[in-house]
Amino acid sequence: MKYVDEFRDGDLAKNIAANIAGEAHAGRAYRLMEFCGGHTHAISRYGLADLLPPNVRMIHGPGCPVCVLPIGRIDQAIRLAREQDVILCTYADTVRVPASANLSLMRAKAGGADVRMIYSTQDALKIARDNPQREVVFLAIGFETTTPPTAVAIRQAAAEGLKNFSILCDHVLTPAAMHAILAVEGGVALDGFVGPAHVSTVIGSKPYEPFADDYHKPVVIAGFEPLDVMQAILMLVRQVNDGRAAVENEFTRAVTREGNLKAQELVAEVFELRDAFEWRGLGSVPHSALKLRPQFAAFDAEQKFKVDYVAVPDNKACECAAILRGQKRPQECKIFGTVCTPENPVGSCMVSSEGACAAHYSYGRFRETA
Amino acid sequence: MNTVKPNYTRALDLKHGRVDMSHGSGGRAMAQLIAELFAAAFDNEYLAQGNDGALLPQAQGRLVMATDSHVVSPLFFAGGDIGCLSVHGTINDVAVMGAKPLYLSASFILEEGFPLADLNRIVESMAQAARAAGVPIVTGDTKVVEQGKGDGVFITTTGVGVVPDGIHLSGDQARPGDKILLSGSIGDHGMAILSQREGLTFSAPIVSDTAALHGLIAAMLDSGVRLRVLRDPTRGGLATTLNEIARQSGVGMMLHESAIKVNQPVEAACELLGLDPLYVANEGKLVAICAPADADRLLAAMRAHPFGRDAAVIGEVLADAHGFVQMTTRLGGRRVVDWLAGEQLPRIC
Amino acid sequence: MCLAIPARIEELTTPGNAIVNLGGVRKEISLALVDDAAVGEYVIVHVGYALQKLDQEEAERTLQLFAEMGQLDELREELTGGAA
Repeated sequence: MKYVDEFRDGDLAKNIAANIAGEAHAGRAYRLMEFCGGHTHAISRYGLADLLPPNVRMIHGPGCPVCVLPIGRIDQAIRLAREQDVILCTYADTVRVPASANLSLMRAKAGGADVRMIYSTQDALKIARDNPQREVVFLAIGFETTTPPTAVAIRQAAAEGLKNFSILCDHVLTPAAMHAILAVEGGVALDGFVGPAHVSTVIGSKPYEPFADDYHKPVVIAGFEPLDVMQAILMLVRQVNDGRAAVENEFTRAVTREGNLKAQELVAEVFELRDAFEWRGLGSVPHSALKLRPQFAAFDAEQKFKVDYVAVPDNKACECAAILRGQKRPQECKIFGTVCTPENPVGSCMVSSEGACAAHYSYGRFRETA
Repeated sequence: MNTVKPNYTRALDLKHGRVDMSHGSGGRAMAQLIAELFAAAFDNEYLAQGNDGALLPQAQGRLVMATDSHVVSPLFFAGGDIGCLSVHGTINDVAVMGAKPLYLSASFILEEGFPLADLNRIVESMAQAARAAGVPIVTGDTKVVEQGKGDGVFITTTGVGVVPDGIHLSGDQARPGDKILLSGSIGDHGMAILSQREGLTFSAPIVSDTAALHGLIAAMLDSGVRLRVLRDPTRGGLATTLNEIARQSGVGMMLHESAIKVNQPVEAACELLGLDPLYVANEGKLVAICAPADADRLLAAMRAHPFGRDAAVIGEVLADAHGFVQMTTRLGGRRVVDWLAGEQLPRIC
Repeated sequence: MCLAIPARIEELTTPGNAIVNLGGVRKEISLALVDDAAVGEYVIVHVGYALQKLDQEEAERTLQLFAEMGQLDELREELTGGAA
């Protein structure tokens, strides 16, 4: 696979690792957060922690849209599917997310709800066209990467006059969440960020500049392949060593400073900012999510079906909030690996294999026993 | 002149006919379906006895029995169909016990309305697979369920075989230091199925690996190597099979990612869908565990057989109280290769 | 998350769609989010949409950077040399 395999080369990885080991100062710790679940996945799947010196530590951030979706949002989707008899379309990622009353979309489906896994918003439109007598709702989740395809679908539905199609809009924004992590009193013990890969192909590198300027944290945007991650870590180590805080771009093959303007325009045409949105683990974060603009209200399932969002508190024993901020490690949570496992996730970080806890449980838990 | 033929029944319409409830009712229609479709295709002396069960000759050795139900969508896929799959799957379950498979039974649950032409194709494919394997289908059963209560056709096959003296294979016999061998590429069957599933619009040159492995296994046993564990990594993929063995034997494992073959289209399809080929189903592969001194000889025996051409040593058994299956990645790091949590679902957004 | 992968555009189909190829896997995707994508170009594919064109020159430049980086052997020498 061209432009994939080259970025997974083991020998080159060892080279970059040797450079990191050579340049990281033995006397100091480098606490770097990879924001995105895609990076968490690459680090876990390829065992990249083993290529880093012990004083360079990766902290898994909240960049997994499934993990940050609060219980109340999944509840809304389940209510729609069970009580309003809609065809609920969703990306496969969300079907196992635990909701209230020991339910999930998968369990709701087992109980007779019409829940369908789709691979593209085009599939949801097709289902709506093929079932004109049924209401079809798409559970629209994801960061800036996944938002433009939803915008395209909304525009298409409007153009076609597709009246039985609507979305539950749970699209969230990356920079807002990064602010939420950094804007804690006393600051956070993070030395820099590996910045989003595919989110940045859409929004560009510019939105990260305030983190470098205002919080003095270096950001290096990196692709999701293992060599991209390794190179970004090296670039962050260099910035830390030099006392610099700049936005640098390792993923130049897909990311520009301005991003994909066409996609941004589409998103701006269809969506507007929500005043606030509740994130699992982070709580309510201002201006951190999108809703449909009033002229597209006909496609807003929340309004169309009057399913209000009802907040459900996270489990008290769960340390997700501290883990997402990099203040605690997954294994420091009392219920990690006992009450809370990938089969029966309690907290948000255990939900998807890209969550900090699930990634550590599934790929890295041998490290504690060594 | 009397033109009435007292015992005439019009032949089954294998072109346009469909399964209806009468085909499962025990009456004449069912007898006809069995005679014209199943018995005609499977044709062997035991089935020809025409009784409720097959009377089989005395067998030498310990008996092995295995059963497997087959539900697959789509029923026809690149490289095979539910028919040959149901023959191969059960032959393999018997053969990985170290047994020579002798006989199969086949039980069909048909959905009302299922085209007889498709059923005929499936049954022909089963018959051909059984003949090629030298394992006759000696008894069977047919039931029909109402439309909407089945998925076209479900097939359950049961196999019987005999294990020669001196052979004892079991999942609890892996010992620290042992070598783990894999007979070929992984993920081909699962991705062949997925690539043809409705809604997953992609096309790929991926062919199911469905195959009967008793020939390969016989060659491995004939090599004189003492095998400890044999297993076919079907549902749940290689990762699940190895975790089962590790748990049964109370050991850990260290795999080497670079030694595990994944064909490029399979890898690419997995990339597109966010799936891990380690968890994708195989239907013609096996995992073998043997003492380290035997590994070279076993590998040579496997590679000499067409179904083991790409065989490789993929790792070692370790002493590990936690029973972790680990892997050194192609990047040089380490990871756990865990049990599958729930169903493997695409990661997308 | 945000699973996406670069794939080569093989054929433009109507309306605004393309067939892309990734390691032998062919899939029809939407080009609604990118302008002027041409056959032979690589695009980053996410949930059935091309999200952005892949800049092949930049890709080569990044790989070149990896290749030219201080080599493991030199670094070893440097490190052991420094320690001696």
